[in-house]
Amino acid sequence: MTDLYDLTIDETRDLLKNGEISSTELTRSCLERIGSVEERVKAFVTVTGEAALEQARRSNCGTLSSDPSMPLNGVPMQIKDIMCTRGIPTTCSSRMLEDFVPIYDATAVERLYSQGAVLLGKGNMDEFAMGSSTENSAFFPSRNPWDLDRVPGGSSGGGAAAVAAGEAIYALGSDTGGSVRQPASFCGVVGMKPTYGLVSRFGLIAYASSLDQIGPITRDVTDCSLVLNAIAGHDPRDSNSIPHHVPDYTSALTGDIAGLRIGVPKEYFVEGMDDGVREALRKATSVLEGLGATLEEVSLPSTPYALACYYILALSESSANLARYDGVKYGFSYRDTDNMWEAMEKTRQYGFGAEVKRRIMLGTYALSAGYYDAYYLKAQKVRTLIRREFEEVMGSYDALVTPTAPTVAFRLGEKTEDPVQIYLGDVYTVPANVAGLPAISIPCGMSDGLPVGMQLIGSHLSEGALLRIAHAYEQATDWHSMRPQL
Amino acid sequence: MALGREEVQDIAALCRIGMTDEDLNVMPEQLSHVLEMFQTLQELDTENVAPTGHSVSVDTVMRADESHPSASPENVLANAPQRDGDLFRVKVVLEE
Repeated sequence: MTDLYDLTIDETRDLLKNGEISSTELTRSCLERIGSVEERVKAFVTVTGEAALEQARRSNCGTLSSDPSMPLNGVPMQIKDIMCTRGIPTTCSSRMLEDFVPIYDATAVERLYSQGAVLLGKGNMDEFAMGSSTENSAFFPSRNPWDLDRVPGGSSGGGAAAVAAGEAIYALGSDTGGSVRQPASFCGVVGMKPTYGLVSRFGLIAYASSLDQIGPITRDVTDCSLVLNAIAGHDPRDSNSIPHHVPDYTSALTGDIAGLRIGVPKEYFVEGMDDGVREALRKATSVLEGLGATLEEVSLPSTPYALACYYILALSESSANLARYDGVKYGFSYRDTDNMWEAMEKTRQYGFGAEVKRRIMLGTYALSAGYYDAYYLKAQKVRTLIRREFEEVMGSYDALVTPTAPTVAFRLGEKTEDPVQIYLGDVYTVPANVAGLPAISIPCGMSDGLPVGMQLIGSHLSEGALLRIAHAYEQATDWHSMRPQL
Repeated sequence: MALGREEVQDIAALCRIGMTDEDLNVMPEQLSHVLEMFQTLQELDTENVAPTGHSVSVDTVMRADESHPSASPENVLANAPQRDGDLFRVKVVLEE
């Protein structure tokens, strides 16, 4: 039998329901796995072992496990350390919030708890979600379970690494420009960024408010649907939350995609992509054709501008959002001066890491008098062009298929000197954030022993269609069932 | 658009981030390189294009004017770096 920590949520359902295993056994299995591999993988900022066993114990005693509408009951998971968890430190992997203990739970966390979920701990990330490798964590970088000398991707790298390494059955990440999908791609797991507004951002520490979305990181598409079922839905505490009836996403998993139309945007298959990624995508698209879908080349001419558009918007919004860290109400506070301005400047100088400071500085510049029109307003107009292009193309297609990232996981320290080199890795993921569209990354091959991800992008609120295609692909291949040897 | 040391200092003052000499040595080039990438947007004609603030249009959100309990003072102050009774203690704001 498979080790318990390696099961999917779906696989645990019957076992838990029939009493063949208990949540305590399942949770203990994950905690033991954490005990044996975490020293190498470094996926967690905080492990809440005792609290997890207490939650598991309560789940064993309850009657929830016999209720099929609660498939997450008793299943242990990890939450990215950017979502508030009451009474449990929430650091954003930053010195600024190293000692911060929230007084409430994020809505997404609250919804998982209400389903009986068991929290194993908080996931490492790039500081304030700014990065693509977790190397910007103020504490330590996480490692890719497929090759410990390589990054797991980021910013939700701790989540993807934990799920791939068997340390958690699933994880919640957040995706502002690809931070769920790119690490999922690098670690060979499934990661989804829902439509902007589908999952409440209440309690999600803000990076770029018009782009941030919480999303599931799971071992397969069925699990992705189950987690999305639990976290999606209107929340009056997030004013950009969409008042939308949330369907049962598992009902979309029919296995049948015959007759669906899938666009292949030619601007996503240009130079700069690894040959191994190109080859994996070529094979994956022919699998989709073999399943009866029609694939056609489409054009999204503004794609080359999406990266600059994204970074201007994200950095501008981050400079405003991170202005709150002034050392007064919470977080790190520099004390060795009586001067208010010096205290604030030193608080931010020592509390933030280099990349966070760069991004706040660039955002401040882009919003400053005399430059606003040339940068922020211009980017908002380009955002309109990008959104319109997607809308036009999506009128004729059920989804678009692209690589998730131009490369497989890179080596630690390989790309830390020049920020622009790192930003270029986000080229395929940022357009969906700019346009607010749902997108999913699923494993679609290996290149040099490292996982490659395929991205499906859909129109607003088309999560069902994306999950249907991803699931059908998954049924026809076995990339999702591959596990790294640790 | 290349930024010099002085401009970087000005930006740092705007966002209240203290800078070391080392920061001021490396930041101008790093930031300028990113700004070069930003410049590429100027190639696009956006003359008659309206800006998009949010990708999903949600109308102005209203809620019923009902009172809800707020967090207790103890909770609000739980993470205070320095507190004085039920108050946050701050540095002197108004100087003589």
